[in-house]
Amino acid sequence: MRYSHNVYLRFSDSVKLTSSTLFKGIALFGLLMVLTSCGTSENNVATGNRTGTLHWGNGTEPQSLDPQIATGVPEHHIISSVMEGLVGKDRKTLMPIPAVAESWEVSDDLKVYTFHIRKNALWSNGDSHTAHDYVWSWWRALQPALGNLYAYMLFPIDNAQQYYEGEIENFDQVGVKALDDYTLQITLGNPTPYFLQLLDHYSLFPVHQTTIEKFGAADERGTRWTYEGNLVGNGPFSLSDWKINRRIVVEKNPLYWDAENVKLNRIIFYPTENVTTEERMFRAGQLHVTNDIPADKIDVYRTQKNPALHLAPYLGVYFYRVNINTPHLSDRRVRRALAMSIDRESLTRNIVKAGETPAYAITPPGTIGYQPPQELGFDPEGAKQLLADAGYPNGDGFPATEILYNTNEAHKKIAVAIQQMWKKHLNIDIQLLNQEWKVYLASESAGQYQVSRAGWIGDYVDPNNFLDMFLCGGGNNRTGWCNEEYDRLILEVAPAMKSHKERLAIFAKAEKMLLDDMPVLPIYIYASKRLIDPSVKNYDSNLLDQASYKDIYLDGESPVTMQVDK
Amino acid sequence: MFRFALGRLFQAVPVLLVVITVTFFLVHSAPGGPFDADKAVPPEVLKALEAQYNLDQPMWQQYLSYLGDVVQGDLGPSFKYSGRTVNELIGAGLPTTAELAFYAMLVALGVGITAGVTASMRPNTMQDYIPMSAAMIGICMPSFLLGPLLVLIFGIHLEWLPVSGWGDIPGDKILPSITLGTAYAAYIARLSRGGMLEVLTQDYIRTARAKGLSEPVVIAKHALRGGLIPVVSFLGPAFAGLLGGSFVVETIFQIPGLGRFYVQAAFNRDYTLILGMTVFFSTLIIIFNLLSDMLAIWLNPKLRQEIRGSN
Repeated sequence: MRYSHNVYLRFSDSVKLTSSTLFKGIALFGLLMVLTSCGTSENNVATGNRTGTLHWGNGTEPQSLDPQIATGVPEHHIISSVMEGLVGKDRKTLMPIPAVAESWEVSDDLKVYTFHIRKNALWSNGDSHTAHDYVWSWWRALQPALGNLYAYMLFPIDNAQQYYEGEIENFDQVGVKALDDYTLQITLGNPTPYFLQLLDHYSLFPVHQTTIEKFGAADERGTRWTYEGNLVGNGPFSLSDWKINRRIVVEKNPLYWDAENVKLNRIIFYPTENVTTEERMFRAGQLHVTNDIPADKIDVYRTQKNPALHLAPYLGVYFYRVNINTPHLSDRRVRRALAMSIDRESLTRNIVKAGETPAYAITPPGTIGYQPPQELGFDPEGAKQLLADAGYPNGDGFPATEILYNTNEAHKKIAVAIQQMWKKHLNIDIQLLNQEWKVYLASESAGQYQVSRAGWIGDYVDPNNFLDMFLCGGGNNRTGWCNEEYDRLILEVAPAMKSHKERLAIFAKAEKMLLDDMPVLPIYIYASKRLIDPSVKNYDSNLLDQASYKDIYLDGESPVTMQVDK
Repeated sequence: MFRFALGRLFQAVPVLLVVITVTFFLVHSAPGGPFDADKAVPPEVLKALEAQYNLDQPMWQQYLSYLGDVVQGDLGPSFKYSGRTVNELIGAGLPTTAELAFYAMLVALGVGITAGVTASMRPNTMQDYIPMSAAMIGICMPSFLLGPLLVLIFGIHLEWLPVSGWGDIPGDKILPSITLGTAYAAYIARLSRGGMLEVLTQDYIRTARAKGLSEPVVIAKHALRGGLIPVVSFLGPAFAGLLGGSFVVETIFQIPGLGRFYVQAAFNRDYTLILGMTVFFSTLIIIFNLLSDMLAIWLNPKLRQEIRGSN
């Protein structure tokens, strides 16, 4: 008996698919996994603090690192670590500070800017960095074939728009001149008070001509010049590794003009698409800084008084567009009634909850000292009266109206709240319609909506960036609203103003016209939300949510203090 | 066998053609385009972009030129990730997804077969009920629940394992493999129990027992080969499913695999990437089905006879 048993066991050993080999395989696999898991005593944050490596949650995989093609915030973070413009921004106040240009002069008519470029500024491959680089870079930025979505950022420059639109063929007529290797003269079409700010937008960063031409034509999209090993920049860091959907690593650039003041050795950007996963990564010490916080976690961090929680005002406005070509919404009394019956205080306190503030105007208050008119606060009685005046006493006969939003839990909550407020205060029926992002964009652009959710994040800190959205027929207007006097104020009167104060007064006048007609219902001003490990120093929340990577340093030793953002 | 395989591959060509055609016209007819953004795109820019990606040509012309490229193995440039080709993106994600699928498959087979065989040995006793109830829970438990649960326990509370990543931190492959493998383990457990129960009533098993063989030998030597045939024929579709269906797990664990690209591509209207991924996955599914059929034939003498007979 025993003998035969052994024979069969030997037989079974030679058969491939048997339970014993399978069990061995599983045991081996398990053992391997356990073995590889040993030695995880130190997490990313601890290692990073020791080696000067910042682990940064960056939202998504960047579309491109070409500053004249990229358009998103994640791209911005990486690009601003590897490239730099003529002028930078103070990380707290956002006021312009010298960057590649060590100084500049502005002519009395505020139209001619002369920049003096640092002689010790170099490209990361050691090439000298000159005024000619800017002339070439901005020529490239204005080539229509490149498909630069931010070409309009250059339009304040004299003749730039005309060149871009093909009215002028000769780039020499555009107001960008290299007076010598280190002096760049820029002539504007009109005085543009925010021009210095634009220079810190990545679409105006210089790009390295030789590298771009090595990998394709200057105006060719999607060449390989931005890949690791190819990219030549002029920023405090240089690109060393790019693993798709995994990580992007930038290392300190020893040739950077201010390298001695750059404290980090390395930044690793992670495409943390899922906000819940990102928060778990943060809790497990895999990230120093997150890109966002799950909405339902904010209260938890707040109650704990967790020093990692960073909430700060963000230069953006959440609003509803009203399609004024809808018959019953073409009456401005109706639109005003809708605006006056939204209780934004309650909405921001009970629903969005992350430090957002109620918005009663399209421009965030305090945008370089601008205070927009704050009319049409919460006034349900007044709203009821207005609706009655418009022919719908107590909401009677008001046609069913639809709020369109792109599919998203947060947008839905807000739409439901507003639906209830309008039902309660105006007694009107509102339906909700959610569409997938691209479908929603198509519907909104085609004017196939009645009321539609929208958001706008500023690219530069100036009321112009918000108010020029509603010019007649503007691509971002989409409400059908048009007022020629408004256009004149924004396009002609405001730029010609001599003083900052007068200019802001013109904007206030224009914004009042917009709010009187209410083609948009401002709802709240955005807040930036991040979890930041207390070892991260010199990170200051600012209106543009823009980090100054060259200033950041890591200190895991110092005592943890509660950081309060105002 | 060779002729059988060749015939099946030949049949795959019209299948792929239909898949490409339907997908091509579906993605192009979806509302919204690849370059729509919340900030309006100026008409000059849109024109330049459409010209660059041949979107300004008539639809049939775009279709034909796409087909021509696919035949040559070129899946085109991605619209969203400027400068990346679809081939490159698939090449970047495939090794990770394949590795994840492989480990998940090991988990699924190891746990599934053990549970299924154990259960089949004493049907309708606790030894059957316990693993089979666990399997039922495994089938019902979606990975978007199991994943975060495992992360909370092993990643955050016990701090034994990393909560995300793939190949970055030692041990970060364990939780995703278990999460992805569990649903399949449960399925395999049910399949192998069913297969084993059927085989264990056969005459040749009775003969083996009558010879006086011990139960483990009967199971390992005689019953497994026949009892696991349902599992084997499930392997092909399962492996293809693991490759294509790992999106949720890849998202939960921040894994740079193919699944995330596929879903993002659809949201971005990245036409070439959607098409490329669809072609790629269709090909994979066809190949894996063929392989598992061939394996089943190799294991099952009856099927072998049929093939020979038909030839």
